[in-house]
Amino acid sequence: MTTAAGKPPPTEYRSGWTRGSIKLARVIGSVLVTMLGLLFITFIIGRVMPIDPVISVVGERATKEVYDAAYQEMGLDKPVLVQFFYYLSDVVRGDFGTSYLNGRPVADEIRRVFPATLELATIGTLIGIIFGVPLGMIAAVKRDSWIDQVARVVALVGYSMPIFWLGLVGLLVFYGILGWVGGPGRVGIFYVDIVPPVTGMILIDSALDGQWEIFWDAVSHIVLPASILGYYSLAYISRMTRSFMLEQLNAEYVTTARVKGLSEWTVIWRHAFGNIKVQLITVIALSYAGLLEGSVLTEIIFSWPGIGSYITTALLSADMNAVLGGTVVVGLVFVCLNVLSDLLYSFFDPRAK
Amino acid sequence: MNLLEVDNLHVQFPTRSGTFDAVRGVSFSLGRERLGIVGESGSGKSLTGRAILRLIKPPGIVTADKISLEGENLLDLSERQMRKVRGQRISMVMQDPKFSLNPVMRVGEQIVEAYSQHTRASRKEAKAKAIEMLEAVSIRDSERVFRAYPHEMSGGMGQRIMIAMMLIPNPQILIADEPTSALDVSVQTQVLSIMDRLVQERGMGLVFISHDLNLVSAFCDRVLIMYGGRVVETCRADQLYNAKHPYTQGLLNSLPRLDTPVNRLQVLQRDDAWMTDNPQLDDKPDDLTQPHISKTDAETP
Ligand SMILES: Nc1ncnc2c1ncn2[C@@H]1O[C@H](COP(=O)(O)OP(=O)(O)OP(=O)(O)O)[C@@H](O)[C@H]1O
Ligand SMILES: [Mg+2]
Repeated sequence: MTTAAGKPPPTEYRSGWTRGSIKLARVIGSVLVTMLGLLFITFIIGRVMPIDPVISVVGERATKEVYDAAYQEMGLDKPVLVQFFYYLSDVVRGDFGTSYLNGRPVADEIRRVFPATLELATIGTLIGIIFGVPLGMIAAVKRDSWIDQVARVVALVGYSMPIFWLGLVGLLVFYGILGWVGGPGRVGIFYVDIVPPVTGMILIDSALDGQWEIFWDAVSHIVLPASILGYYSLAYISRMTRSFMLEQLNAEYVTTARVKGLSEWTVIWRHAFGNIKVQLITVIALSYAGLLEGSVLTEIIFSWPGIGSYITTALLSADMNAVLGGTVVVGLVFVCLNVLSDLLYSFFDPRAK
Repeated sequence: MNLLEVDNLHVQFPTRSGTFDAVRGVSFSLGRERLGIVGESGSGKSLTGRAILRLIKPPGIVTADKISLEGENLLDLSERQMRKVRGQRISMVMQDPKFSLNPVMRVGEQIVEAYSQHTRASRKEAKAKAIEMLEAVSIRDSERVFRAYPHEMSGGMGQRIMIAMMLIPNPQILIADEPTSALDVSVQTQVLSIMDRLVQERGMGLVFISHDLNLVSAFCDRVLIMYGGRVVETCRADQLYNAKHPYTQGLLNSLPRLDTPVNRLQVLQRDDAWMTDNPQLDDKPDDLTQPHISKTDAETP
């Protein structure tokens, strides 16, 4: 329509579109490259491990013919690059092979354990944000006051307390002695496998199913492990918030805001906090990603069937398909969180556009 | 009655090697006039402005015999009362717009905020007022600027945005810290005439901080010359070229002048004696150890 007038299309319109698609292409490209690199590494590791994949399929007492047939069927006689493409196409179709341990598809197992970790990590991170950010803010605003000292000690304890100790003591006090929370596991033993798994996250599934009794039982089970993970993430988030805030509070624009006669609350939350959002997103994404890897110790102590304990168990029994499948999923989660935090970054920081 | 009276203002910063006296006994009064403050970099001009608004951050220490706004001593006010003074009664154009505007907030938002803090205006009224103000400081595409972010603005635009933002609540006193240093002459003239009009019509008091002696002598009514944290000389702006203090004369002699061209500009000479204006005190031993601290607040008239 613009060509009729003999003029080029308005530049702003055009560049907005191109910039958007370039950005999208770049994001997708970087995800693909990263994932390809990760898959290549897991593939190589799978090859160089001193574990014969054929034997783990056919068993140690198989005859030579059976062995060779399986060897060819698995494509192990093909060139390595071809094998890599087989591997790639399997992974893309969501096929991580079968577990040597129990013969079940690894993908199914991951689909079962990952939601458990996701549920725990999400609630843990929420706790970390809800308490960590305000704590860091107060510590920065009231720098060197007793509140700042308390916040420092709280974070230090969070960093340095061994998690298994914290978990055991927590279980002893709140479950054993006080009986305020549920014990190990995701729900009480009577409720196991009652709600149909939709998302695999028991809080959501039980709510969807209207099973409120199970929902509250699940809440009482997740409170303690989520609080412990939340405490860890709180320690990190509050420290980072504090240091970001201190930097902003010294900035000139904060003085400008005060010159206008704004209240301290507005100065802090509207102005200074507005400027740390971006950095905070990165920190939160990092800590969330850390929890999504599955915190092995927490999962073991609380008998939480998550991806951390799944990968660890697989590793200890040399179940390579399970280990590599789990690694790929964790890697994918990492990459996705990175992309998400990048997108939020450009959303919150006008200078990044 | 004077709008503002500052008496024996001190600003100190504790450092590892003792206290650093950045402002040392500044006293002046401001009527409904244009008062210029000149002085070299680091002479304490900006800190004086901030101290009046009580915006020196800890660990900085501000002391004064009084800082009174229409007879009311600002030092006695609570922080809450002080917030009613800031913006509405005394406002300050901050020196460097590059750092003084919030980078993640739209320009318009920041101006509107300065206005609505002290009025009960609706958002729409506030926006209209902000646009009007942006046009008043000769920003042509005010709608675009309103929606822009500070990093999209040039230095001169930033300064004008700053001025608009600080004039919008109609303050009785405006402290303008080098408000026009990045503006070209025609825009500078326009911006100055806005401030001038506010002084003439509304009886605003203007503290105009600048490095530009020529500008100050042409634009202001009176001039304070600061050196090393103190006022070394106060004079009528049109008499600036007859100033007596050796520092002022040095400053003037190092300016290029059209009427009496010289081959070589003079290099400014400094004298430690200007740091204290009561020479007898210098002989006291405790003052020798701490040469920066002077116990007098006397000011050269
Ligand atoms: N927070 C601070 N801590 C320590 N010293 C400071 C602080 N702020 C300012 N100063 C010092 O106080 C002195 C006066 O600073 P001020 O900003 O008032 O100078 P100025 O006259 O405005 O200079 P310029 O013309 O460069 O803006 C300077 O030597 C500066 O280094
Ligand atoms: Mg300054």
